[in-house]
Amino acid sequence: MSLTTAHSVVAPSSNSKRIAGALVVGYALISIVPLLWIFATSFKTPPDSIAYPPKIVFQPSIEGYCNLFTTRTRQTPEYINSLGPATGFCDQTVRKRNMVIAGQSNFLPRFVNSLIIAFGSTFCAVFLGTLSAYGFSRFKVPLADDLLFFILSTRMMPPIAVAIPIYLMYRELGLSDTALGMILLYTAVNVSLAVWLLKGFIDEIPREYEEAAMIDGYTRLQAFWRTVLPQATTGIAATAIFCLIFAWNEYAFAALLTSGTAQTAPPFIPTIIGEGGQDWPAVAAGTTIFLVPILVFTILLRKQLLRGITFGAVRK
Amino acid sequence: MAEIRVQNLRKAFGDFVAVQDSNFVVEDGEFFVMLGPSGCGKTTTLRMIAGLELPTGGKILLGGEDVTMRRARERDIAFVFQLFALYPHMNVRKNIGFPLLAQGMASAEIRTRVEETAKLLRIDHLLDKSVSGLAGGDRQRVALGRAIVRRPKCFLMDEPLGTLDTEFRDLMVHELRELHNRIHATTVYVTHDQMEAMSMADKIAVMNHGVIEQFGSPREIYDRPATMFVADFIGSPPMNFLRFGGGLPRGAKEIVVQGAKVTVPEVREDVAAADMALGIRPEHIRFDDTSKLRGAIYGTEYLGTTQIVAVETADGIIKARVPAGIHLAPGEPVGLALSSARLSLFEKGTGRAVKTAMHDQAAEARHG
Repeated sequence: MSLTTAHSVVAPSSNSKRIAGALVVGYALISIVPLLWIFATSFKTPPDSIAYPPKIVFQPSIEGYCNLFTTRTRQTPEYINSLGPATGFCDQTVRKRNMVIAGQSNFLPRFVNSLIIAFGSTFCAVFLGTLSAYGFSRFKVPLADDLLFFILSTRMMPPIAVAIPIYLMYRELGLSDTALGMILLYTAVNVSLAVWLLKGFIDEIPREYEEAAMIDGYTRLQAFWRTVLPQATTGIAATAIFCLIFAWNEYAFAALLTSGTAQTAPPFIPTIIGEGGQDWPAVAAGTTIFLVPILVFTILLRKQLLRGITFGAVRK
Repeated sequence: MAEIRVQNLRKAFGDFVAVQDSNFVVEDGEFFVMLGPSGCGKTTTLRMIAGLELPTGGKILLGGEDVTMRRARERDIAFVFQLFALYPHMNVRKNIGFPLLAQGMASAEIRTRVEETAKLLRIDHLLDKSVSGLAGGDRQRVALGRAIVRRPKCFLMDEPLGTLDTEFRDLMVHELRELHNRIHATTVYVTHDQMEAMSMADKIAVMNHGVIEQFGSPREIYDRPATMFVADFIGSPPMNFLRFGGGLPRGAKEIVVQGAKVTVPEVREDVAAADMALGIRPEHIRFDDTSKLRGAIYGTEYLGTTQIVAVETADGIIKARVPAGIHLAPGEPVGLALSSARLSLFEKGTGRAVKTAMHDQAAEARHG
């Protein structure tokens, strides 16, 4: 997008500011409306969620959240009446639909799987990425450029292109449907991003810091730990967010390689639809909860994230 | 503190030779300056002494011990970097105490030592400040503090005043020399600034293209430059050169420049016929209408007590430093009288200085 500035090359004119502002607001609306729709749907009752025309104003209900966390069975009214008073708000809500709570749904364990796998793989990718980026930045690595290109090339193929071989390998190795397998896989995918991003950040840290530390009696590793790492925190935080977002949202590999104990939330949430009619409020509730960790993380580290995106644009 | 001995030191980066065959000795407690234009190999030499760069050949001895291939942390030296390399995530106190922490010193003792050092450098009021808010001179003092707190064998400084503005720089030159006089630490200081070198050094090595052109006291280097490069690099304005031809027999006392006879210090060696140059410091030129060496005033730069006068001669412009009181108009013809005892002779091809009576005095001065 090039916005021509007639009078100054530094300050944008008020006209171009207005256009830029309109574009930003327009884009924000396009991005935010679906999220708001999902959020609203999660508080609708199933009939409201499929009402036509769509209801903008409605009576909020947490039925979606009840359905998300439970499994239910349909019973005759006589049976439900014989049960005695409802034990909680959710119990009361489902009884209105001639159902009783049969047990916990799989959402919570799947959500926990997502947390373990996303954070675990992010940690591994950032850990390995920081060390290799430091190596590439500071040492004369033979064929460094080719190695860096090779590392980047692992990201060039769509996941689905390598999904079948990985599926077969994982089956042989007993890594199918294990958290370890998913952590390894996401680490492998993310480490390329981590190396490239962090190399840029570490390149910007003057070598004199480590050299000073090494002259003052520290080993290379101690110098790295005490002088480089503290100054690379911004870069590490930005990289961690990018890795986390990828691992958290990843669907294709998760759908193919996990089905039971290690299944993550993304492939699980759509399966809610099948349980007892098209339960859109429950799907929306799952999606809303799923969005929360990444939202919190991103808001907490938004400054680093912004720097991560614009890094290299402004030197020093 | 210890003596530093550099023997046949050489460093090549691929085909590029950064330092060739350097030899010098920095005596215990001496303030030694390596001076030269950028890219002359002075920083590379310093980094090899520090252990940040490994030499391609030669030896480095620290206090008699061969440390050529030893790791930086095993050499017991301190280094002050051009950009100070103060850790932005630590305050002043932690920065200064950082080298002591590496030695596993008890925190109470670190505290005492850091405070002692800070007092010595008059930065004790800054100890708990963050380093990022400090002024240039104070950053410099913190960097020095980090170097002296450990009491190492020697200090290495890589253009530590390069980033300071002029006002601070003069102050720090003074402070550095004063500090050196108090603690007598063997110091190797790298700079491209001749004023810093001349005002601080006990000994100077002037480097060019990886070669030490001259090693000596500031006075020796200024008065008796060993090569035309040194003569041209040191002094502002630099030494003037006037061409003359023909060889010189041992014992010659006179040369002919632009048709004028000029008395020079007695030549102490036979010089084969070749292009030669007469080197004249600007302050060794006087205006004298009776002189056969002629020129015309080209322009003047008024400096307060003196003025620099550019004179156009048959061999280009030469500059004279004369008292400010003399009034001179551009175009005015003048005769140039030279202080005979202070003139240098060079072989133009090699740039080497010819041995003259001026050098005997030097030899006497050194031995006596």
